[in-house]
Amino acid sequence: MSALCVQQLQVRFGAVEVLESIDLRVDSGEFIVLVGPSGCGKSTLLSIIAGLERATQGRIEIGGREVTNIPPKDRDIAMVFQTYALYPAMSVRGNITFGMQCRGVARREQDQAVDRVAKLLQIESLLDRKPSQLSGGQRQRVAMGRALVRNPALFLFDEPLSNLDARLRVEMRMEIKRLHQRLGTTMVYVTHDQVEAMTLATRIAVMHQGRIQQFADPQTLYDQPANLFVARFMGSPPMNTFAARLQVADGELRAVVSTASGVALCLGRPVGNLQKWLGRDVMLGIRPECITQPDAVRARGFEQQIDARIEMIEPTGAETMALIRLGDHELMARLGPDARPAVGSTARLSIDMSKACLFDPRSEERIA
Amino acid sequence: MNAARRTRDVLEGLSRLFAALVLATAVCYVVGFTAWTTWISFTDSALLPDYTFVGFKHYERLLGSRVFLVAYGNLAIYGVGFIVGAAATGLLLAILIDQKIRAENALRTIYLYPMALSFVVTGTVWAWLLNPDIGIENFVRGLGWDNFRFDWLIDSDLAIYAVVIAALWQASGFAMALLLAGLRSLDADIYKAAQIDGASPARMYLRIMVPAIWPIVVSVLVILLQIAIKTYDLVRALTAGGPGIATTLPTNVVYDYMFQRGEMGAGSAAAVMLLLSLLLVMVPYALFQRLQKRRQQRHD
Amino acid sequence: MIDARANAGSRIALYAVLVVFALFYLMPLLVVVLNSFRSFEEITRSSVLGLPTALRTDNWAQAWGTYCLAGACTGIKPYMWNSLLIAIPATLLSTLLGALNGYVLSLWRFRGASLVFGVITFGVFLPAQMKLVPWAIVLRELGLSNTINGLLLVHVVQGLAFTTLFCRNYYVNVPQDLIKAARIDGAGFLQIFRRIILPLSPPILIVTIIWQFTGIWNEFLYGITFSEGPQRPVTAALMALSANIAQAREYGIESAAVLIAALPTLLVYLFGGKYFVRGLTAGAVK
Repeated sequence: MSALCVQQLQVRFGAVEVLESIDLRVDSGEFIVLVGPSGCGKSTLLSIIAGLERATQGRIEIGGREVTNIPPKDRDIAMVFQTYALYPAMSVRGNITFGMQCRGVARREQDQAVDRVAKLLQIESLLDRKPSQLSGGQRQRVAMGRALVRNPALFLFDEPLSNLDARLRVEMRMEIKRLHQRLGTTMVYVTHDQVEAMTLATRIAVMHQGRIQQFADPQTLYDQPANLFVARFMGSPPMNTFAARLQVADGELRAVVSTASGVALCLGRPVGNLQKWLGRDVMLGIRPECITQPDAVRARGFEQQIDARIEMIEPTGAETMALIRLGDHELMARLGPDARPAVGSTARLSIDMSKACLFDPRSEERIA
Repeated sequence: MNAARRTRDVLEGLSRLFAALVLATAVCYVVGFTAWTTWISFTDSALLPDYTFVGFKHYERLLGSRVFLVAYGNLAIYGVGFIVGAAATGLLLAILIDQKIRAENALRTIYLYPMALSFVVTGTVWAWLLNPDIGIENFVRGLGWDNFRFDWLIDSDLAIYAVVIAALWQASGFAMALLLAGLRSLDADIYKAAQIDGASPARMYLRIMVPAIWPIVVSVLVILLQIAIKTYDLVRALTAGGPGIATTLPTNVVYDYMFQRGEMGAGSAAAVMLLLSLLLVMVPYALFQRLQKRRQQRHD
Repeated sequence: MIDARANAGSRIALYAVLVVFALFYLMPLLVVVLNSFRSFEEITRSSVLGLPTALRTDNWAQAWGTYCLAGACTGIKPYMWNSLLIAIPATLLSTLLGALNGYVLSLWRFRGASLVFGVITFGVFLPAQMKLVPWAIVLRELGLSNTINGLLLVHVVQGLAFTTLFCRNYYVNVPQDLIKAARIDGAGFLQIFRRIILPLSPPILIVTIIWQFTGIWNEFLYGITFSEGPQRPVTAALMALSANIAQAREYGIESAAVLIAALPTLLVYLFGGKYFVRGLTAGAVK
């Protein structure tokens, strides 16, 4: 019995299809992140799971029980919103206990629950304040407290950290992760920030244009993206993608990057089922961290050395990002913190080709 | 070149002078006229101003006069009925319209149009409607209910409520417009959070939404109170203050003394009393607002 | 914004309540419109609530040109004309001057500016009764008693408080940097007003004009105190209708008269609707 099961969910507003046939199965205790650019349908999906909106078609089960037509309050869920959605005229205590009051919980139980949650989130000193008297981070904690006190089977988060400044965001991210480790409740989290997704999730559903592009654990998503969209979306800076032609030369499989200058990259793998792609154009994807200085230790992977022109460097202290030119393409490379190649010079760099991905240029699916 | 600049400078100077004059006029008007009327209230003026000082003579007389006391009593009844009624009606309509209604624009236009009318028009029309001989009472009796009574206009005890109805009809749309704007300014996610918490619609509005727009509610109440205290045209058109003095309001007393009886001094005193009753509400409200603003700033 | 799952029953109840209220608000207007087409006999025989037997226009014609009210038998036309002669100039003048005041108060910081603004705001709340006697004396001294120009003056000065309040609250949102840049460019007081402020002003000017026109047209107290006979504005003339207990009331004609008198502000409301509301929410939610 899975904690959450979404079957064949479809949402249509008039002629516009917001969600196209979503299937999702979440196991108990998982931390699922729905990630994607704005307009991909992730917030709509969350709203439907919560029961705040209705799907045109499809079925939802929470904890094995069908809830498709059940109102939010009976679905055993709790939700944290991007704008916190605290009740402005009530104190923090009032905000947290409001749901319990609606359910008719005894006063003593309410107090106990508030104390428990306040201690967990460290908001004991704020209990008598009004939301307008709290900072952003404090409000977010209170919002989580209000959700926690429901002891739900499913915890829903709708971009809860988007309104916080960068430092607070990192802090709260860790708190949420800590909370999940402590409570073990199943969590479904929506964000547009792929870093949040990568750091928080047990599994990530990357969404685009109303469809789930890929649903897998973070590492798989990163190393084996199902298509170009996932490849480009996950990872920062994004994966370098460019067109290349597959060839066999000297018994090795190569990707010819540019016919003019004749730059070709050895793919370091057998032809295998790429036979039908020989002589054709594919999209090649190489992550920036795979392009680096030759003297960086490369224990694994297939190393391919190239000479590339340095177009621009961006030192960030921990590393130096470099925009390089390879043939007709500009790629991002990640060099060590002390690297300071001169702009305009040609440098010798190493590419770890074992992690390179190949995509069908028309369907955008990964082929290798 | 120099001549052009000089004319420009002259124009500049003149326009500044003009602006200063206009501003000064506005200020002198407010301060001056208030002071003037107050001064006259302490003098023995009758038909024409007569600046002999008589102290609080007029005030004492007014406070002891039956008409004056009845007028304020009427204002109390009318005020409470009107303010509570208009605010409640406005709130109800605002909440109903907030439910994603289809014909919203049409409905809002209908609810608000009475504000565009003069109180004289409102009073005149409602006088016809409430007239027992040709109005609603007559109509319903014509339908068969021979014992139907709706003759508040000629009933000393009920006439004031007729004024309440007419005033409510005129001003509740305005309350609705403000309260609806307030409801709409709330974060939409609060509704969602309340739904998940399991609040019934009634609870949602009473415990969350309305308290959340409390400053706007107070604003509405204060404005309605202002309208109530200043009501004059409506009473004159609807009941002319009657039957007897059953619907006479302080504003009627002022006019009565000033122009009907030719007692300018007493009339001015009545006007000053009117102003004081208005200040009694406006000043605490202004202070309350300033306090709120300061408290808000402290926590930012 | 209730859960869409609310059943059809409560939805019907919701609309029912809204419609009942709509009828409550519309009823007086409907009654008056219908009566304006009914003859004297029809109305007195039954009641003011009823349907006309034919759409005759003689009530309208009489209301406009021949009905006797307020001491003369010229219908409502002269009074409408008076109101127009007062309302339009007074609206335009008070709005323009109010904009000037608002401009000075918000963008030219001088000592006591907020005090001045406070006093002027107070003027908005000041009851008209406090100004009756002084105005009576001033108008008499100026020789303007019982003239249209006298009422015009009253409404212009009276309107200043309100228009200043509105315009100032609007201009406060103009970035001060705009003025500084203009002054560096060499623009002076008048030029900044003409070239920068006024072009930015249409939204607030429209709202102010709508509110002023409605307020001045519908105003009664000053109208009846400072005018007489043929100089009366239409609201004062209308009041004579309700005081008219002596002769037999021609309700049909009077209905037409009331409608004619209410028409200008109703039309302004219907066409300027959203500005009307904008003025409401801006002015009240200070």
